[in-house]
Amino acid sequence: MPVDRSVAGRTFPPTAPYEVSEPKIREFAAATGCEYDGAAAPATFPIVVAFAAMQALMDDPDVGISLHRVVHGEQRFSYTRPVVAGDRLAAQLSVDSLRQIAGADIIGTSSQITDADGEHVCTAFATLVHREEG
Amino acid sequence: MNPGDQLETHSFQVTRADLVRYAGASGDFNPIHWSDRVASSVGLPGVVAHGMFTMALAARALDAWAGRPGKVRELGCKFTRPVVVPDDDDGVRVEVAGTVQDVTGDSVRITLQVTCGQESVLGAAKAVLAR
Repeated sequence: MPVDRSVAGRTFPPTAPYEVSEPKIREFAAATGCEYDGAAAPATFPIVVAFAAMQALMDDPDVGISLHRVVHGEQRFSYTRPVVAGDRLAAQLSVDSLRQIAGADIIGTSSQITDADGEHVCTAFATLVHREEG
Repeated sequence: MNPGDQLETHSFQVTRADLVRYAGASGDFNPIHWSDRVASSVGLPGVVAHGMFTMALAARALDAWAGRPGKVRELGCKFTRPVVVPDDDDGVRVEVAGTVQDVTGDSVRITLQVTCGQESVLGAAKAVLAR
């Protein structure tokens, strides 16, 4: 089943705030071998928050995405500042584009990640490829 | 750093244990990253690394080139080829090389070449570091 065309241009509600703790950053840094000096979290750490926003898109029954058909095609981060321990981050996802190529839906998304003051921390752009039923 | 500079290549060993650890740390428990059965059922040759794990290795190399964490202003890539990780003690090696594209007043633009077994696994991988 193709993805519902009307999802293009839609903005989802922001995710519940995610409290970034130092142990969580340490765990992520250890898992990726990144250095953590107590200040900046590893550059790809915001995916933890962006992932929750993508989950909301994928779980929405009206959109019609089947998780096992989704492939992560592309990812980009644009940072205003690094994530640090103590941040309370929320991610708000928008579907920027929806194209169909060779039977697959190519879903372009961007998630604005902001802190407790509503200040921009990072934008996570993700392209999801939703493959047709084999 | 000057335009055209080749940055020191970093080589990272990736085993199944690393993928399990990354799944836990990132919250991405898609079974294609830990179950051969599920991976083959969707047409993959076996368990593959999370694209975001490979991207994190690229970020690790960027931190090393920058001299410390927290200097990355932009980072992006396409996930063009899966990194297949065998169920043994050695796993695979992922290599991250970088070339300085240009240097402006406050930033350095870098293109990354990320390979596994001589094959490129990330497409159009690029980053901007604060100087």
